[in-house]
Amino acid sequence: MVNIFIYIAAALAGVALLLALYRFIQGPSDADRVAAFDVLTIISITGIVLVAFIEDRGIYLDVALIYALLSFLGVIAVARYIERGF
Amino acid sequence: MEKARSSAVLFATLLLLWIFLNGSLAVDVLIVGTVVSVLIVLLFKSSLAAFSELKTTPQALRAALQYCVYFIKELIKANIRLARIVLSPSLPVKPGIVKVRTRLKSKMGRLLLANSITLTPGTLTVELKDEWLYVHWVSVESSDVEAATTSIVSGFEQYLEVMYG
Amino acid sequence: MGTLLDFIGGLLLVTGSTFLLFGGLGLVRMPDLFNRIQAGAKTTTLGTLLILLGMFFLQPQWGLKLLLIGLFILFTNPISAQVLARAAHRVGTEKCAKTTVDRLEEDLGEKS
Repeated sequence: MVNIFIYIAAALAGVALLLALYRFIQGPSDADRVAAFDVLTIISITGIVLVAFIEDRGIYLDVALIYALLSFLGVIAVARYIERGF
Repeated sequence: MEKARSSAVLFATLLLLWIFLNGSLAVDVLIVGTVVSVLIVLLFKSSLAAFSELKTTPQALRAALQYCVYFIKELIKANIRLARIVLSPSLPVKPGIVKVRTRLKSKMGRLLLANSITLTPGTLTVELKDEWLYVHWVSVESSDVEAATTSIVSGFEQYLEVMYG
Repeated sequence: MGTLLDFIGGLLLVTGSTFLLFGGLGLVRMPDLFNRIQAGAKTTTLGTLLILLGMFFLQPQWGLKLLLIGLFILFTNPISAQVLARAAHRVGTEKCAKTTVDRLEEDLGEKS
């Protein structure tokens, strides 16, 4: 029964991922792309958590945590870059 | 004295984080965690403002608890309201950037306030200058400073004020 | 008992990812950057927290690590939204036509 829920959740998150991807490709500004990127990575984190459950591997949660850390630093860095100009 | 207390708080935070990461209380884990935490505290003890400002009186702890409950309620409300906007075909937004004032003095208090504002119904902190916060509002109810402050800031401020002063 | 916890957990997972979906929808539908950031930041925070909570019901022994991921996202998500919004405002990102007021721009205009 649990698997049905997991698959529904993964499907919904997948659609959200596609929508964010549309914004990522479409732009129009760099900041829009960064905002979309932020959402993309967070959806990926939930994706990793779901995979961790399906595969029954707790170690994947560490991957999710590091991914969150890197995504945060990445967004901050690009925001700085946008602010300072080119 | 103040310095010693903030060092202790930072040390406890770091050690707790380490234990969470390892998910175990084994002796070797504790030893490594203690050593590394002490080292970090020694290295960074000059920039500890965030940890020294939190009060530990019973009133402050109660306020912290109430703050958490209030925050979760606001977060859920924010999401439901946002979902309603996104799902309605006409997209009823009336955005604008308003200016609000906070009574909070401490850096950490202001940071928490800004974060809370971002996660609550329809608001996003854009800029923080001294006591002024510039907030993007999805549906502006009033561009007046006082009215906007009451409607955006006051809810969180009453708890954060007790927590940080 | 096990199945009841599984049921609650599964329900939380689906609710969480529904909010993620709303976030994606908001990201596409909202008229300008600031509204998009709002949609993204709020929904992903609650969505992720709900999914982590649901996972806790399914796998209680992962509790500590899930809590850690949740706390981290709770703190960093609004910060990255704010930093991005501030950077975008400073370089003068376009706001949609419906925007009623911009106090920040007014105040900056007065000083220069």
